[in-house]
Amino acid sequence: MHESSAPPTSFLRKHVFSLDHKVIGKQYLDLALVAVVTGMVLSWLMRLHLAYPELAIPGLGRIAPNGAAGGVMTPELYLSIMTMHGTIMVFFVLTTAPFAGFGNYILPIQVGAEDMAFPRFNMMSFWVTCVAFLVLLAAFFVPEGPPLSGWTAYAPLSAIGKDAGPGQGTGQTLWAISIGIFCIGQLLGSLNFIATTLDLRARGMTLMRMPLSTWAWFITSVIGLIAFSVLLPACVLLVLDRVAGTSFFIPAGLVVSDRLQPHAGGSPLLWQHLFWFFGHPEVYIAILPGFGIVSHILPAFARKPLLGPKVAISCMAAIAFLSYTVWGHHMFLSGMNPLSATLFSVPTLIITIPATIMVLLWIGTVYGARMRFTTPALFCLGFVSVFVSGGISGFFLAQPSIDTYLHGTYFVVGHFHFVMGVAAMFGIFAATYFWFPKMYGRMMNETLGKWHFFLTLIGVYATFMPMHYLGLAGNIRRYSAFTDDYMKGSLPLHRFITMAALFTGAVQLLFFANLIWSRFRGAKAPANPWGATSLEWSIPSPPPHDNFGGKHPVVAHGPNEYGGTGPEGDHVMQATPESLGTV
Amino acid sequence: MTSPTLAPGSSPARTGVWIGIAAITMSFTAYTSAMVVRQGSGADWHHVVLPGILYLDTVLLLLSSGTLELGRRRLRAGASGAMLLTVTLALGLLFLAGQLVAWRGLAAQGLYLSSNPASDFFYIFTALHGLHLIGGIAALGYLLGRLRADPAPPWSALEAVTLYWHFMGVLWLYLLVVLATRL
Repeated sequence: MHESSAPPTSFLRKHVFSLDHKVIGKQYLDLALVAVVTGMVLSWLMRLHLAYPELAIPGLGRIAPNGAAGGVMTPELYLSIMTMHGTIMVFFVLTTAPFAGFGNYILPIQVGAEDMAFPRFNMMSFWVTCVAFLVLLAAFFVPEGPPLSGWTAYAPLSAIGKDAGPGQGTGQTLWAISIGIFCIGQLLGSLNFIATTLDLRARGMTLMRMPLSTWAWFITSVIGLIAFSVLLPACVLLVLDRVAGTSFFIPAGLVVSDRLQPHAGGSPLLWQHLFWFFGHPEVYIAILPGFGIVSHILPAFARKPLLGPKVAISCMAAIAFLSYTVWGHHMFLSGMNPLSATLFSVPTLIITIPATIMVLLWIGTVYGARMRFTTPALFCLGFVSVFVSGGISGFFLAQPSIDTYLHGTYFVVGHFHFVMGVAAMFGIFAATYFWFPKMYGRMMNETLGKWHFFLTLIGVYATFMPMHYLGLAGNIRRYSAFTDDYMKGSLPLHRFITMAALFTGAVQLLFFANLIWSRFRGAKAPANPWGATSLEWSIPSPPPHDNFGGKHPVVAHGPNEYGGTGPEGDHVMQATPESLGTV
Repeated sequence: MTSPTLAPGSSPARTGVWIGIAAITMSFTAYTSAMVVRQGSGADWHHVVLPGILYLDTVLLLLSSGTLELGRRRLRAGASGAMLLTVTLALGLLFLAGQLVAWRGLAAQGLYLSSNPASDFFYIFTALHGLHLIGGIAALGYLLGRLRADPAPPWSALEAVTLYWHFMGVLWLYLLVVLATRL
């Protein structure tokens, strides 16, 4: 299926407009790296302002003269930065890195294919996503600045135009166009992931022999296919409301900035329904690859098979299905009928069952194991920890009566940053430390990696745990400062969180240093440094252009054959001939 | 699209079209539900009289599905089907031209994209269906090019394009029912 067995020679074809899934995967990861640095810097700006509302941030006044004259940001600029932080992180980091990035690089190799089913669509998928990112960033450079309606872009605020505030003009239009383009990119990606998994598996690679990571990417792409197919129409309608004078989301008689809006008859709730029908599955698009990565990596370091792989696959499939039945739990405060709220609350509580089973399977896998505590293994264990910490607060929020109190507070900020943000990031880190040797042919530094893990773990707990207490104490979210009202008492804790966030950010320099140093100076990686079983470890590091060097792998084993004796030691690789492998 | 690693009977092109059909169905479902909600949310819904040419267009599109199916069968039987594929492509273009005439008809009634919510949805549905059909026309063009270069038909591409084209017909029938009964 590879376009040609000989690698392309021109620079453009090799590194820029490459059809090779490995190059495209790396491009996605590089894009996510740029995005995550951007998003993290934005979060520091927010945190600095929350802790020291009078602080003039050097240089900010020059970058945003309208929003931060003299360097002290206005509440509007705070909201703009919050919007861009959320949008960049959710779309361009949590979707691109664990799903599009690692999925692109690893999935075709794990199923034994030479490339994705549609390499041209794959290339388009990346470049379309890249354009979406640039369009979003362009919002920083329009006169009124970026939008301020949050990453959820609630209508009518997002639909009205510049009457609704600075950034709601061109900035918000760019946001809607960017997300629409992003949807197209991810749809093309999902198409490739599904077709490749279904049609390009090597001989003997039955569905049940696929590694859990590939299962997770496959299920995630099914979720993405449906979710982005709904977000795209929502963005189209939003753009039409903004530029063509239609009224899908804007009700009649709305007076904003002393001006009667020239719209009538629209439904702001329609946007919320369309958005959250995408938005809740999006949470699983961010986290399911992490489920797969952890389920794939943990056994390699526990030297034990994953407990209940079929149960794990069923749980992920159940989560995918249930993720489409719970979107209303984001809308308990929208004035919905209490009966509807109950109908959304029940599946929300039910979805915790497969999620909990997954956690038990991971714990059961490492229980009694002689763990090899490498950096990727540590990040997997960290993933389980933060996923549980963030997941437990979900039990509270799933209940409408409790959510009514907590929804507008920092409790929710703490919840989703743990369960979706940090957990997914830990999955990304685990995947990076695990697959880096395969991708670049060099090992990452273990000492730096372990420091990175422990300091990050401390940092994220110090950052997000206190937010739960702030929320319980009624500290409202989305405000830019807590100085003039009853929330003044929360300022010391906010300062602590800011320190923790800056600390966690600084710790990431260890990661960047490790990435760059290992890329050029790391120890040469053997084909299978971890003694793992799946197909990517039976080919050289880094893999040849067509992955398997012109050969067609034949699979005779499942991905979970750890413990016992095989020709390679205490494990049997998937490509080991049947007669040789016993576990 | 053949590979020694490919399992017998599997065709990524056909799978790809099925996946595309799922995504397109989902997005039109989203637009339809948006239409239902919008119809109920305001008192400004004015019914649109559908331009008569839409029914002629429907006949053209269904006919094109027939010619494509005939062409596919002829190719399967080892005969030349390029002519029928060309006719299909021409019928597709005629359908699009008819849709443009329908738009002109609506504009003549003074109904533009933002005139009222019903006309919004008329333009959105027809424009999006047209865009997807242009994709099908491009694929047919690609197929004809391949047939000209090499008389042995690219089977999986042929099957995939046929499937997609038939789906475009089914989608149009659905939209016509929606347009005729809801707008």
